[in-house]
Amino acid sequence: MLKVRTPKNARAKRELEKRAPKLVETGKKTLILQGTKTSNTLNAVMTELYLLKKGSAIRYTRKNENIRPFESGGETSLEFFSLKTDCSIFIYGSTTKKRPDNLVIGRTYDHHIYDLVEVGVENFKPISSFTYDKKLGPQLGSKPFICFIGEGFENVEALKHLKEVLVDLLQGEVIENLNLSGVDHAYVCTAISSDKVFFTHCALRLKKSGTVVPRMELVEIGPSMDLVIRRHRLPNEGLRKEAMKTSKDHPKKVKNVVQDIIQGKIGKIYVPDQKLGEMALPNKSKGVKRERREAKTKNNANEPVSKKQKEDST
Amino acid sequence: MEGQNDYIVDLGNLMAFNPSHHFPSLPSSREDLVKECLQEGVKLVQAIADQLFNLPSTEDVEGPIVRLPPPTTKLPREKHLPKPKPPTKWEVFAQKKGIKKRKKDKVLWDEQTGTWKRSYGYDRVNDDRDVPIIEAKMTDEVGEDPFAKRQTEKKQRVDKQERNRLQNLKQAAKVGALPSHVQLAAIALPIKGTNSAPKKITKHELGDVAGIASTSTASGGKFDKKLPGEKAPKKQGKHRKYLPVVEGRGISQEKEQTEKVLNKLMSKHSHDILNVDKAINMYNVKREKKQRNRKPKNEQEKSSSNSSKLKPKKTLDKKLVKGSSSKKGKAK
Repeated sequence: MLKVRTPKNARAKRELEKRAPKLVETGKKTLILQGTKTSNTLNAVMTELYLLKKGSAIRYTRKNENIRPFESGGETSLEFFSLKTDCSIFIYGSTTKKRPDNLVIGRTYDHHIYDLVEVGVENFKPISSFTYDKKLGPQLGSKPFICFIGEGFENVEALKHLKEVLVDLLQGEVIENLNLSGVDHAYVCTAISSDKVFFTHCALRLKKSGTVVPRMELVEIGPSMDLVIRRHRLPNEGLRKEAMKTSKDHPKKVKNVVQDIIQGKIGKIYVPDQKLGEMALPNKSKGVKRERREAKTKNNANEPVSKKQKEDST
Repeated sequence: MEGQNDYIVDLGNLMAFNPSHHFPSLPSSREDLVKECLQEGVKLVQAIADQLFNLPSTEDVEGPIVRLPPPTTKLPREKHLPKPKPPTKWEVFAQKKGIKKRKKDKVLWDEQTGTWKRSYGYDRVNDDRDVPIIEAKMTDEVGEDPFAKRQTEKKQRVDKQERNRLQNLKQAAKVGALPSHVQLAAIALPIKGTNSAPKKITKHELGDVAGIASTSTASGGKFDKKLPGEKAPKKQGKHRKYLPVVEGRGISQEKEQTEKVLNKLMSKHSHDILNVDKAINMYNVKREKKQRNRKPKNEQEKSSSNSSKLKPKKTLDKKLVKGSSSKKGKAK
């Protein structure tokens, strides 16, 4: 026997609608969590990644047992967390003797593990170790530039995979319209060797150049680190094909509703024509002959007077 | 400028890639490495900016806004594409028969009242419940309430519609095209021979039962071995306390209590503590019970006695009550 279950209140319904599959997706949420053992560097890396992604990230600070990516049966709780928090990218940090300062970056499709990349963190420099003009600091949620340098990102398969994952992780919200004054930070990833990537986060300084295009300058604001590729798992071909599907038709456009910062949601209502032309005018129609018109107004003028008299008499 | 041609720029993701760069020899110090990386980065950022700032822009209060082209690097989806909803059974039927949907008016003319009324909901047009009289027909069965019949028929129609809806939702669930806010949950079936499904035991009920079970040994559970993590039973039960009948000196506590009650009853304003409505109610109930027991003997008496039933008046005369209650007190 089955029963139809619907949300009890509007808030729950809205939340479910937010989680429903969409025709065009707007961005992925990131879950940052850790295993039973982490190091100081790894904790710092995870908090700073969380700061970079703030607004579209969830940070779990408790220890998690039973999470072993790349191993069968060790991914069930990751999939569960993905379902629970509606995140489709996760960053899992753990440190062991075999793999010190280990970060696993993975993506999910339909709340099942899609692919995994494992990197080790070396030469980590936190945000606090950089000194720069604080005015340059990026705004929360602004769309970043992403730069990849080095032939390794094309030739080495692991790096190629890492590049794709990093783009997905760093790109932020998927948008159509961009405000050019909001361009303020960039990520620079350089392939130093076939298994090592230098990652840094920079602020953009836009200088006048005399043309429309400003001259760009990079100011390192951190964090920066070396990512050493360890293990990686590509998605299988069928799943990949399934996940790469896009819709041809666009989502239905919402008409007559605009968002305003101050007033919030504003809707436009079109009132049907009131047909003012058919409405009877109060005795001022020009079609009537002048004498009649004047007589009518005279009568009208007399009437209220008589009423007043009546009132007085009573 | 030659180098710029090698850059792959994806404006949709604001991403640039230089696939031709490689370090001939790794810089010895870290600073040199960072410096070189940033130099390369600036070139790439400039390449993105060159394209980005040349896009046609519209001026806004907050700044120029450009429309980004679709991204060229394809990224996997987060969730599957929304699946189209399968047609319902009615929709299939209507398609076959060529039945077209047509719009209904929101308000309709109501013949019964001669007004315009909404076509559905509260105070709707041609509501069955507004009909005070149903004319009898030759085909009517004797002893059947036509109003009740109509009510049950309506209920059956609603139930049928609900069943149809569930069936259609099941079909949609098979394809994975359930609406986002609907879930189909399994419900427990009733035990054979009963009508209602077994009730799920709540946490508190379970705790109560466990408490009773743990104290139902000869020792009241005092010497039982506790399970790891087991807590003391929540409900210990009330134990009645009896006052000592005899006490050493002065007035005993029991005597004091009874005196208190008596004083209350015998005092001048004792009517304040008497709930007249309740008293009348109790009297009536008792009387009815008596009559019910007597009923099989003589049924005719019932109608006459019914009228003599006391009724709680809304505007009870206070003086009258006062007098009667005080009399009662004196009698005692």
